Parts: sequence; C-alpha cells; structure tokens
Amino acid sequence: MKLKTFPAGIHPPDNKHWSAHLPVEDCSLPQELVVPLSQHIGAPAEVCVEKGDRVGKGQVVGNAKGFVSVPVHASTSGEVIAVEPRLHPTGRALPSVVISADGEDAWSEDLREADPDRLSPDEVRDRIRAAGIVGMGGATFPAHVKLSPPGEKPIDTLILNGVECEPYLTSDHRVMLEETEKVLEGAAILQRLLGAERICIGIEANKPDAIEVMEKACVDRDIEVVPLKVKYPQGAERQLILAITGREVPSGALPMEVGCVVQNVGTAAAIVDAVRHGRPLIERVATVTGTAVRQPKNLRVRIGTSLAHLTEQCGGLAKEPAKIIMGGPMMGQTQLSLEVPVVRGTSGLLLFAEGDVPLRPEGPCIRCGQCVRACPARIMPTTISAYARLDLYDEAEEFGALDCIECGCCTYVCPSTISLVQGIRTAKGAIMAKKRKL
Amino acid sequence: MDKQLYLSSSPHIHSGQTTDRVMLDVFLSLLPAAGVSVYFFGWPALKVLLLCIFGSIAAEALCQKAMKHPVSVRDGSAAVTGILLALNLPPSSPWWLPLVGVLAAIVIAKQIYGGLGYNPFNPALVARVVLLISFPVHMTAWTTPTPLGSGLDAVSTATPLGEWKTAVMLTGKLPEAAQSGYADYFIGNMSGSLGEMSALALLIGAAYLFWRRILTWHIPVTFLGSVIILTGVFWLVEPGRYPSPLFHMLTGGLILGVFYMATDMVTSPITVKGALIFGLGCGVITVLIRLFGGYPEGVSFAILLMNAATPLIDHYTKPKKFGFVPEKA
Amino acid sequence: MIESVLSLGGIGLVAAVTLGLAARKFAVEVDPRELAILDVLSGANCGACGYPGCAAFAKAVSEGEASASLCTPGGSETIEKVAHIMGVDAKIQAPQVAVVLCQGDNVKAGSKYRYLGIEDCVAAQKIADGPKECPGGCLGMGTCSRVCPFDAIEMTEEGLAVISREKCTGCRKCVSACPRQVIKMTPLEATVHVLCNSHDKGGQVRKYCQIGCIACQICKKAAPEAYVIENFLATVDYDHYQQAGPAVDKCPTKCIRDFVDGYPEGSSFIPPAVPVKHDAA
Repeated sequence: MKLKTFPAGIHPPDNKHWSAHLPVEDCSLPQELVVPLSQHIGAPAEVCVEKGDRVGKGQVVGNAKGFVSVPVHASTSGEVIAVEPRLHPTGRALPSVVISADGEDAWSEDLREADPDRLSPDEVRDRIRAAGIVGMGGATFPAHVKLSPPGEKPIDTLILNGVECEPYLTSDHRVMLEETEKVLEGAAILQRLLGAERICIGIEANKPDAIEVMEKACVDRDIEVVPLKVKYPQGAERQLILAITGREVPSGALPMEVGCVVQNVGTAAAIVDAVRHGRPLIERVATVTGTAVRQPKNLRVRIGTSLAHLTEQCGGLAKEPAKIIMGGPMMGQTQLSLEVPVVRGTSGLLLFAEGDVPLRPEGPCIRCGQCVRACPARIMPTTISAYARLDLYDEAEEFGALDCIECGCCTYVCPSTISLVQGIRTAKGAIMAKKRKL
Repeated sequence: MDKQLYLSSSPHIHSGQTTDRVMLDVFLSLLPAAGVSVYFFGWPALKVLLLCIFGSIAAEALCQKAMKHPVSVRDGSAAVTGILLALNLPPSSPWWLPLVGVLAAIVIAKQIYGGLGYNPFNPALVARVVLLISFPVHMTAWTTPTPLGSGLDAVSTATPLGEWKTAVMLTGKLPEAAQSGYADYFIGNMSGSLGEMSALALLIGAAYLFWRRILTWHIPVTFLGSVIILTGVFWLVEPGRYPSPLFHMLTGGLILGVFYMATDMVTSPITVKGALIFGLGCGVITVLIRLFGGYPEGVSFAILLMNAATPLIDHYTKPKKFGFVPEKA
Repeated sequence: MIESVLSLGGIGLVAAVTLGLAARKFAVEVDPRELAILDVLSGANCGACGYPGCAAFAKAVSEGEASASLCTPGGSETIEKVAHIMGVDAKIQAPQVAVVLCQGDNVKAGSKYRYLGIEDCVAAQKIADGPKECPGGCLGMGTCSRVCPFDAIEMTEEGLAVISREKCTGCRKCVSACPRQVIKMTPLEATVHVLCNSHDKGGQVRKYCQIGCIACQICKKAAPEAYVIENFLATVDYDHYQQAGPAVDKCPTKCIRDFVDGYPEGSSFIPPAVPVKHDAA
C-alpha cells in the first residue's frame, strides 16, 4: 500500500537506532532548577515570587501576560534562591526563577482534580492555559490559543503529530509506546473541545511498533492511525496536514483556515494531566543522544534541569562535544554551554563530536537546483538567499522569503554548503522589520 | 585546552554532497567517450584531451592569481570544462587550437564573469563556437577513424551530418552515408569531433550520472524528445530529403549536447518547469538550424541561445509556493 | 542611385520630424533648478540624505521638501552650491566622520564560541549575540565595509573594522548597518577617541580584552574637561575634544588613541602629513 506523503523534502539518515528501543527513564531531580520566564511563543510570564519564597511543586512562579502567553511553574518543591537573568537556550541571559530543591518534591496544594467530561469547553481551555501547556514538538505555541479558533473557522479534523521526523529524536516515539492510553485520552479531550469529526494520528513508517500499538488501541475508538512515508519534514504542520487531508494551508494563514488543528502527541498527554489533575507542565520526555554522550537515553526530565545534569544521567561525555544542540539536528539551536536549562520545548539534546560537524566553507552557488527541488514550501532558496546578501529584500520577499518554514532541507542538500536558511532568516528579519516601520 | 563549541544557524547535518564530488562524477562519466575517441583516433585525440584538460586547469589558476581571487581549481570545474572542450574538437586539431579554446572557455566565458556559478554561457560551447567561427577550416578538418593498431592513415573526410547537409543542398537528396551505417555511428566508428562519435560511450556516462542523481530527466527528455519528434515529422513527410531521427541522434554532437552541455547546471534553469522549457527550446532550435540553417550542426548554437534565455525562464517559472493564494481582483 | 538617396533621406526626415514633435508633445516639465542641483551633486547615490539617490534628492530640494544641508557627503562646498541655486542660506553643520570605537581584533579580544555560517555581522549577532565575548565590540565580519559607498572602511587581517577619516563623508550608512552600534559619528576635527564600547566592569573587560576600557578614571584625572565616565566606560566629550590629548599616553590599557599618530594596529590607512579638511575652499 502506498504511504501518504507530501512533495519535495529530503531523506537524511534517521539515526534513531541509538535510542528508539530504550524505555523512558526518570532523570534524577537536580539540586538546582533554573526556570526561565520565557519558554514559549508570546509574552514572557511575569514573575510573582521573590527570593526566599518557599514554593510547592507545580506552583505558579510567573503569571501569563496577555492572551498569547502562559504561566510558568516551579518544577519541584523548594525555595526560590534567586530571580535573575540566567543563560537561556537562545544564547542570552534571560530572567529566570532559580529554585533550590528541598527533596520533598511535594505537589502544591493549589492543584484541583476535575472530570473532563463535566467541564465546559472554556473551562477545559482555562485549565490547559493554567497548566502552561505549549506545543511540545518544539514550536512552544500556547495550546489554549491554538484550541480557540474563532467561530467562523470550524474545525473538522484533529491531527495528532506522532511523526517525529527529526533524525536522532525518539521521545515522541516512546511516549506513543508507553503512554498510549494517555495520548488517546488527550485526543478525546481535544476532540470534544474542537468538535472535530475526524481524528487522525500521523506516524512515520520508521516506527512500526508505535503504529501497531496505536492501531490496536484505536480499534474501538473513532481514531484513524495514518502511517506516513519516512521523509523530512513530514512532521511540519503544513506538510502533515497536506499528507493526511490533501489540503494546503494558504500562505500566511493558520491551519484552522482549512479546518485542521495539529497537536503533538506529547502535548496531548500533557493535556490529560492538566485537565484531569490540574497538574501543570513541569516535566517532559527528551532524547539525549549523539556520539559525544556515553549512553544515549530517553529521559523524563523536570523543566529547569541543566543539560549538564542530563548528560551526567547518561553516563557523562564520551568525547569532547563540538556542538551542543537543543532539539533535532535539522532545526535545533546550538548552545553556548551545558549550563542551560531544559525548557518546555526541549525535545532532545544532541551532543556532536568534532567529526560530526560539517565544516566546509561556503562555495559559489553552482545553480544545481537541488535546493529548489528539495524545498517543501516550494520557494527558491538560493535566489532568496542571493538577494538577501545584496540587501534586496523586496525581491527576496517576491521569491517567497516569508513562506520559508526554516526546515533546513535546502542547506542540507547544497553541494556548495551555502548557509541558505541563515540567509533567508536574515531576509525574513529585515522584511518584517521594514513592515513594522511602515 | 578544550576547543570552544561551534555555534551556527540550523541545520547541523549535511548530505555530504559537494561541488568537488559532482565535478568528479561528471569527469568520470566522460572518460568512456574520451577513451573511445583515443581508441579510434590514437595519439592526436589524446593530445587534444591532454592539452584541453591541463590547459584549462592552468588557465584558471593563472587567471585567478592575476585577478587576486583564491585559486579554486581543486573543485574540478576547470578539468570538466577541459574534457568537454576536447570532446568538441576534431582529432586533427593543431596544438594551438585547444589552447585558444581553453582561453575562450576559461578566461573569457568563465573567469571574467566571476568564476564558477557566475557564467551565463556554457564555457566549453562558447569556446567551440569561437573556434568554429574563427578557424572554420581547422574546426571542420575531419578524418576517418584510425583505430589503434590498425595501421591506417588518417584521410580527411566529412562527417555524416556534414555529408548530408552538402548533399541535400546540392542535390536535395539523402546521401548514402545518411541511410546506413548506423551501427558504426552508435559505437563510434565514424568521423567527427572526439565527442560526436560514440553515442554508446556517452550514454554509458549519462547513465552513471543519472544513477548518481546529478542528471535529472527534464532537460534530456524534452531536448531529445523534441528533436526526435520534429525530425521525425520531416522525415515522414519527405524521407528522400530528410534523414531519420535515428540518424540525427547518432551524428553530430546531439547526444553530447543533450546529456552534458545542455544539462550544465550553471547555465540552465533551476526550476523544474524552466528546465522543461529549456530542453524544448534547445531541441526546436537545433532542428531548425540542422534542417534549414547554414551549418550542419545546430546543437551548440541552440544551447547557447537557450543559455541566454535562462534567467528569463527562471524568472517566469517560479514554482507556486505552498499554500499559494491567487490575488483576488 | 537617386531613389536610394531620396528614400533614405525621406525616412530620415520623417523620423526627425516625428521625434521633434514627440519631444515637444510628451515633454516633462522639469524644474530647471532640479537639473542644476543634480549637476552639482556628487552623484554617489549614497542615500545619506534619506532619499534614494541624487536625482530624488535634487527633486526634493527643488520642491522645497528637503534642505540642502542634508547632503553631508557633499561637504559644505556642495551644500553651499545647492543653497545658492535655491536662493537660500546654507545651514552648514560641522562635518562629522564615523569612528569604530573598538580595537579588539581576534588577537586582542576573546570569543565565546566558534562561529560557523555567513561572514556577516548582522547574521552572526543573531546567534547568541555574536561570537565575541565583549558585548559591544566589533565583530569584524565586514558588514559595514560592504555597505560603505565610498570604500572608506577596511577590515584588518585580524578582524577589526577601521574607517579612514580622509575618505569618510559622514553618510552614516555604516552606523545603521552595525548590529553592535560600535560605530559612532564624531566631529571631523576630533582626532582623539576612546576606542572601546563595552559597559562591563573593568575586571570583566580585562578577562576578555587586552585593549578595552576598564574605567580606571585616569583619563579624567589627566584631562578633566575632555572625558566623561559613564557606566564603566570612558568617552571623549566632543564639546571639548581639543583638550583630550594629555590622556592618550596615560591610559593603562592603551584604548585611547590619537588618530594623528596613526590608525589602529593592522590598518593600512596612514594619516596625512597635513590634517584633513573637508572644505578645501
């Protein structure tokens, strides 16, 4: 049977064998947790605790600011020892709440249980927001915003994203295998919320065990498991919607425009905790892997744990790392050091040794057209990048700069190792800055 | 001391494909054809090949040094231009002909524009045309094949395509050479430039490039297809005057042009639709020149003309972006 | 023979008459002052005036939209000529040149990571605020140099931007291009500058740069009128630049430089024997 897919894309080696078969282990609680106030798209949370305050596990330490924002919570019980700028995954020092764990790990008394079936849609959304749920595939978009489509945009399809197309990462894979019921319960809550007629779970064919497990679990449920062809970036929202429903989200618009909402499987599981138990998002599953780490693992880790602690849990470093990547190798962010905290969007930690880092200098564009053929957004990366370098941003926009999903396919295939995504990102920044000025 | 960490924009992995590797593959794919030409023409062919290849590398290095650019001959593009140029020359070329060609190809058609990636025209073809127009006698001094060890002497003759053109212009009828001997033409037992001869060797090389995913089907299929169809139409209408499509395919630089010259990445469109239009244009112009133009060979001019149109083609064949919304009136 | 003469001559006549009529009928009304202004402008199209090119600026001035003094690269000579054409008084400001307030090249200043990517300061700054440990120092990847329409900026081999006081016309393009705001406009006549842009405490600066300002205040003691120390960084008070000289030799980190004695290390620019004057009137 031909698997569904989308046009263009690339086939990088998936390197998931390092950790795909490893069950999720609990990462030990560190002594110090650094909880940044900004872990999501939207306004950073406003701190509401002070140095010296005692906090319970799951207690709010920062309130949401505005609609597109979520609160931030303490990942364990303990004492706030500082509220100060600390190194953040973006490479800057940003305001964070530093908590010293007291070892009790006691849930805050503010949390309340509830029955999802008895809650109104707005109450469900409020609980999701109060729990600080954001897209855990890495985008960190506040879930309650995604789940509040305006009335004139009815949703008929809910898609759960179990694709995990990034090489090396296996956390969603393990969540689907080990928390199957929770994921499906989350899907049910979401369906009730959105009123969607169709629920699908997209899973790439390189996870046959997850497909099988999900299919078995969905036998009596109205949920479709859709195996997808293994191709990067199948997990990108637009490409996923195209593959499963055949609909193309219009340029500049959101998936709700074509009646779809996509949520990561990890987010779905977290929503159950939030709605049923009132538990906020304070931990997640992350894959630690790469040639520089001694024992790759899938770890359940508290938000605020340093990458150094994570690495220790995996037997420490096998080699001196040359690149520390938070996320996957195609879209992840390089880090300045291991003294950076795990945040809500941390799907993985890749420790690359010197030999894994492609170091070739940029050559001239030989107009081979590989980037144009590989681009899932169907724009012309080399042309946009060339215009960007000449500061010709109007032309860059004409050739599609703003539609770039920054997936990295173009840069991956370029024989001259031109930093195409970087160039297009610069163009996007300049174009948006210009638009804001006008 | 611990080395510092690398930080960069995403992505952090790469396919491993490099320009050097692409050039090496193209060079390797041309070796069968080069080998056949040496087999059938012996030392003169080898001389042309060596002069062109090493001359190109030297010309590029010297030119880049003079222009104070970093010397980049390592990427292999000069060597590829060299071997392609050699395949466009007759085996009987005097020693200076390849060198003048190299000058035209590397210095004028490539380095002056900024080097690899910036030239609008296929360098080997520019050189071929420059030589053809400047030294028409030398460039059309064809000889019969003298396979290594055969002990035969070279005898000047015309290429099958040239013969047909002369015959058709003089008598309006197909000459003998255009009606048979196709097997010889396929293997390469014919007269012509080094690259015109063995369609078989060239096809083997092209197959290698398809396998390595350096060649895609778009330009070869549309170019060859349009030639076959157009010449086929004329042949069916007047078989006594126009040779069959098979003849056209096996003679002249068509196979070389279709798989190696028209598909040159730098000078052909980067969009998919653009490549199809490019191939079509090359095919139509080639047929027009071959059948109705003054020259027996139209491939070089056709490709150069389409090279000129490439930026325009690219501009008008932009792919429709994902989620394209047509502007409402 | 006669036919060819008549026919060609006839065609030529018809063409000439048509063109002449068209030139008259489709003529565009151009303010003669606009053309006169365009004539005296330098034609560099640098954009310092804020208009896209000299032609647009000439039009704006002739329409009374723009002031003649906007053409800083043209210097007072040009401004006066333009003002004269418009029949107004020229408002000439003291000429200014751009200076890169940094001497921390790759040898003298430390980095916090090895950068891989496009050789562009704006792009590099987006990645963890740039590879240089000093938050205010020059990144040395040449963005300013590429943007300068007058070739006044060179990149030393060790990665430092240096601006030639002789070639700089004060168009400010480099100032807006630099993502670290390390380039500042200073009076042309001022030759002494504190070449540092870091507001970090002295101890921190010492860790990452051999030639940065540690705010030790010695310069202020040597020339109280000429220096201002604010936020751990000394700057020359350009209202009193003439008195800044005595502090140059006293500065312990050698971050204060008098450009009359030479450009920063690694630069190929040489100060002229006679101090430069923009207006050679």
